[in-house]
Amino acid sequence: MASHLPLAALSVDLIWDFRQLTAYPFMVNALEAGTVVAVMAGVVGWFMVLRRETFAGHTLSVMAFPGATFALLLGLSAAVGYYTFCGACALVIGAAASARRRHRGEESAVTGTVQAFGLACGFLFLSLYQGVLANYENLLFGDFLGITSGQVLTLVTVCVLTLGFFAIVGRPLLFASVDDPVARASGVPVRGVSLAFMLALGLTVAATAQITGALLVFALLVAPAATAQLITPRIGASLALTALLGIAITWVGLALAYFYNYPVGFYITAVAFGVYLVARVARTVIDHPTLLARRSRAEAAA
Amino acid sequence: MFSQEFVRNAWIAGTVIALASGLIGYFVVLRAQVFAGDALSHVAFTGALAAAAAGIDIRIGLFAATILIALLLGALGERSQADDVTIGVTFAAILGLGVYFLALFSTGSGGGNGLLGARTLFGSIFGLSATDALIAALIAAGIIAILLTVARPLLFASIDPTVAAARGVPVRALGLLLLALLGATTAEATQAIGALLLLGLLAAPAGAAQRLTANPYHALGLSAAIAVLSTWAGLTISYLIPTLPPSSAIIAVAAGTYLIAFLATSDLRHARPRALKTVIRGTKT
Repeated sequence: MASHLPLAALSVDLIWDFRQLTAYPFMVNALEAGTVVAVMAGVVGWFMVLRRETFAGHTLSVMAFPGATFALLLGLSAAVGYYTFCGACALVIGAAASARRRHRGEESAVTGTVQAFGLACGFLFLSLYQGVLANYENLLFGDFLGITSGQVLTLVTVCVLTLGFFAIVGRPLLFASVDDPVARASGVPVRGVSLAFMLALGLTVAATAQITGALLVFALLVAPAATAQLITPRIGASLALTALLGIAITWVGLALAYFYNYPVGFYITAVAFGVYLVARVARTVIDHPTLLARRSRAEAAA
Repeated sequence: MFSQEFVRNAWIAGTVIALASGLIGYFVVLRAQVFAGDALSHVAFTGALAAAAAGIDIRIGLFAATILIALLLGALGERSQADDVTIGVTFAAILGLGVYFLALFSTGSGGGNGLLGARTLFGSIFGLSATDALIAALIAAGIIAILLTVARPLLFASIDPTVAAARGVPVRALGLLLLALLGATTAEATQAIGALLLLGLLAAPAGAAQRLTANPYHALGLSAAIAVLSTWAGLTISYLIPTLPPSSAIIAVAAGTYLIAFLATSDLRHARPRALKTVIRGTKT
């Protein structure tokens, strides 16, 4: 969406490219916000992927849509709507997950229903809103390029809070995620920790969705974490890698959107998917029982 | 209400789509595959926009994209059950592709693009023509016929895949078939209730039915019945209150039914003391 910009062209000189990229204040804001969002979404997403709660994460990210339209309808700031809807949805899903289950599919049925209902509400608010909504796609797919420095400051605050939450709850949460029964037996309040995590996920998504749009938060949540967990099984390394990958993906996506005229959401998801695909293929090759063994045998023979 | 043609078309299409979604949804919930349905509904969005950008019939784009990705998801997963991280990464990418097609389509055709986006995402059941309704009815009838033919082995394979495989039931093929049918249902429903809202008709009636009865055949029938009744109620309500979009009304009724079923069958009297005990134990240790 950089069509209105004066001619910016990608060159071989990376320093020149970087200078071009940061020539406008809005772009600097976008890069700062993107970095913060990538770190936050990466860390939360890492736990989400580990806990196999991807569906819940996606449902929460979709909740940003009714949140935004609700705020629009009442004339509130969009942020209020985001936090209210994502927080409420996190509580509902968390409560349903800790309730006694009748059957295996219960949790996914509840999550799916909550998601559809939230979207139905969003659609209702949208049609109740009589004024012309110029770009409703921006709600769904985000607009990286209209970020103010105030928003960046809010994001930094939310990010610090989130990281603080994980610094405190991270250990028991990890225990509960990896081995639920043993964690329960050794006195970890598994239910409480799970609910708290769901809430943290909801609030992170709300903060992120303001920048990336309701439908694309998800790419930043799941792809870097999934890639990092493919690459290394070590916890610290994999967490750090998630954050780094998230930042790299966001920067490349933003730069591509700046230099070529297509939506930033497309570039970020495409880059994220590409990285995941490479890691997945590499992992398959490395884990293959004979493929590498044959090569090393050939090397030994040579 | 039925004197108007658009209402009749909406009822015909709505009923058959609800019937197909209710039946398929039961299996999807039973196998805990709602997330795959979620992914496919987003694929439908991309498929429709890709077809629009390429200038071909949207229906072709819808069916081709959803069935293809459904089979891909099935092939990637073990026992034809894709794992959720694979689904997540794949469909985030596909969604991004949808945004690309949206941009391509908007810059290509000028005006009127937002309308297609909104129609694909949220559907427009009152905008269906008689031909649309007829095609929807025929496709849904086909889906239902196939599903009912394989219902018995599919049920077996869903409830106990290991024993079913030992008995010679083609578990993997059935899983793929279910995903393909799910894809077709998504494509079918996209035009009526929208890609994003279909999930409600898949998950809510089936979830409610499974809470209300343990007998799989009763649950299957009940799920279909709840889906159809929710659609009828939603259509009626939105006809009486014009500001309420029909898709929103249908999903609200379905979700409300699930909520009632959930509350009616969860006995809180047994849950409370246990929760209290955990709290007490938690404070002591």
